[in-house]
Amino acid sequence: MSFIPGQPVTAVVQRIEIRKLRQGEHLILGFSIGGGIDQDPGQNPFSEDKSDKGIYVTRVTPEGPAEVAGLMMGDKVMQVNGWDMTMVTHDQARKRLTKKNEDVVRLLVASLLCNASPFVQTEFAI
Amino acid sequence: MDTESTYSGYSYYSGRSRGSHRHGERSRDHHKSRSKDGSRSEKSVTINAPPAEPLLGDSSVLGEEVQDDNWGETTTAVTGTSEHSLSQEDIVRITKDLEDSVGLDCRRYFSLTLAVVLGLLVFLTPLAFLALPHLLWPDKLLVCGTACEGLFISVAFKLLILLLAVWALFFRAPRAGLPRVFVFRALLAVLVLLFVVSYWLFYGVRILDSQDENYQGIVQYAVSLVDALLFIHYLAIVLLELRQLQPAFSVCVTRSTDGETRHYNLGQLSIQRAALAIMENYYRDFSVHNPALLTASKSRAAKHLAGLKVYNVDGEFPASPATGPENNAATGLAHSQSRAMIAAAARRRDTSHNELYYEEAEHERRVRKRKARLVVAVEEAFTHIKRMQEEEQKKASGDVMDPREAAQAIFPSMARSLQKYLRTTRQQHCHSMESIQQHLAFCITNNMTPKAFLESYLTPGPTLQYGRERWLARQWTLVSEVSVTSGLKEGAIFLLKCIDFSLVVTAKRIPYIQLSEEFIDPKSHKFVLRLQSETSV
Repeated sequence: MSFIPGQPVTAVVQRIEIRKLRQGEHLILGFSIGGGIDQDPGQNPFSEDKSDKGIYVTRVTPEGPAEVAGLMMGDKVMQVNGWDMTMVTHDQARKRLTKKNEDVVRLLVASLLCNASPFVQTEFAI
Repeated sequence: MDTESTYSGYSYYSGRSRGSHRHGERSRDHHKSRSKDGSRSEKSVTINAPPAEPLLGDSSVLGEEVQDDNWGETTTAVTGTSEHSLSQEDIVRITKDLEDSVGLDCRRYFSLTLAVVLGLLVFLTPLAFLALPHLLWPDKLLVCGTACEGLFISVAFKLLILLLAVWALFFRAPRAGLPRVFVFRALLAVLVLLFVVSYWLFYGVRILDSQDENYQGIVQYAVSLVDALLFIHYLAIVLLELRQLQPAFSVCVTRSTDGETRHYNLGQLSIQRAALAIMENYYRDFSVHNPALLTASKSRAAKHLAGLKVYNVDGEFPASPATGPENNAATGLAHSQSRAMIAAAARRRDTSHNELYYEEAEHERRVRKRKARLVVAVEEAFTHIKRMQEEEQKKASGDVMDPREAAQAIFPSMARSLQKYLRTTRQQHCHSMESIQQHLAFCITNNMTPKAFLESYLTPGPTLQYGRERWLARQWTLVSEVSVTSGLKEGAIFLLKCIDFSLVVTAKRIPYIQLSEEFIDPKSHKFVLRLQSETSV
């Protein structure tokens, strides 16, 4: 999220656990991602700071595993199973999310304030 | 001839001058005495386009010129009286062309004689300088050494170069007759005359009177004269030819009847020379003036005027505007009448725009239909003609025609549709049957397609394309509020009036252009790929 140096940043960060759904021979999570360090951050509609090259959730399929788990459109994915997602290329992000030998992915996502539920708010001072 | 002033020789020469230093004799005082029976001159001056390119010494009529030398002052203002005199003058002018041609010839020969005399004077002066000591005091002269004789060659060649240069610059057929003197030429002529006269004075006093023996000095003196004449010729080139080449003004020329507008770039010229340049371009650029196209708007205007009448119900008009208040009442009455007319016209339910719209649509449709018929007829006619090759010509089989006969053979099949088309577009008076057949023969000879043949009839071409008798634009009058010899200025406006229409000319200065430079390193052209892809997981 965007920040002004010296000012406290308010971000809503939550951990979301998504169980992959088997569809034929694919394991799907039910959302789409956009962004990455090799992409054009200016075209990202969800980021507050248009130079943010992080990975964002651009679409959530209805009734999919991601929606059931509480992922919302516009969330920024910060970690996947412990792997950092703030400084990865688009393809690396895709690979981290679609590992075939993992059934469950645990995401650390940061949401827009209005989207999040109230009791998960945390405040950081940088 | 009553409405035109007879011109003096001075301004007449300006139009057809051949040598600037020939004009040396034409100083102003010389000609003030020459000016004729000071008949009342009109307030507008005339430029006449010559009917043909006259050769040197050709005595054909160049058109009449009206000079205004008596006035001395420079204004040629157009006042109300000149309007009347103009119309009368038109009628008079048309009937007295022949008289003028006789008078003009005399004056032209006179100017030619003067020009030749002045030219001879200038060319023979150095030779006279060289020859006179030998004739008058041959025994006293020192022998001419090598250097001196070398100077003879120099004089000879410089004179030859001067002769060629004068021939190149001044020996040209005059393009037009201008109303006023060409100021630069007159100045140059005066300069040359003064120059030659001062040299003669010096020669007469210091050399002839004292019978100088130093022949080399005399030869050097003659060489310096020829050098200075060459420099004056250089000055003549710069003033007459080079100065107006760089464009400085952009003039906008509008025809008063149909609003056709063109823009030209001119250099720093006087108004009369600018008018001359504009008229030369007029014949090339403007489409031929067609009075038949203007009848529709005139009839509409007449209908507007005929629509309303004003009746004064309240009675008396003041008989004579003797006192102040009565005068105001009279003008007030007139004002209120015109205002009432305008208000009534605005309120009236005018359907003339409706008629105009439908009439124009109908006319458009009719023109297109006739054009389609014409194109088909011409294309079919052209298929009847085939060019015979060389080999076939050897074994000529009977019906062989030259282009003129071929044109006459295929003309009847397209004549009717062409005639109808010309009538619909109101061009029928611009083309005679003879000219159409001539054009057809020309197109056949040069292997043109039917479309190329038709092009000159589908769109009205420039004035030069038509025969002289259809131009309707031969005699021009320059109407200007400032002197026509003054230069073009920003915002100058003048008129070129013809009998049927006039050209309104407005001049604007070409803006000063400030260019700056920006350097781009060729290595600085770099690009990045900007993607935004979306992957579903």
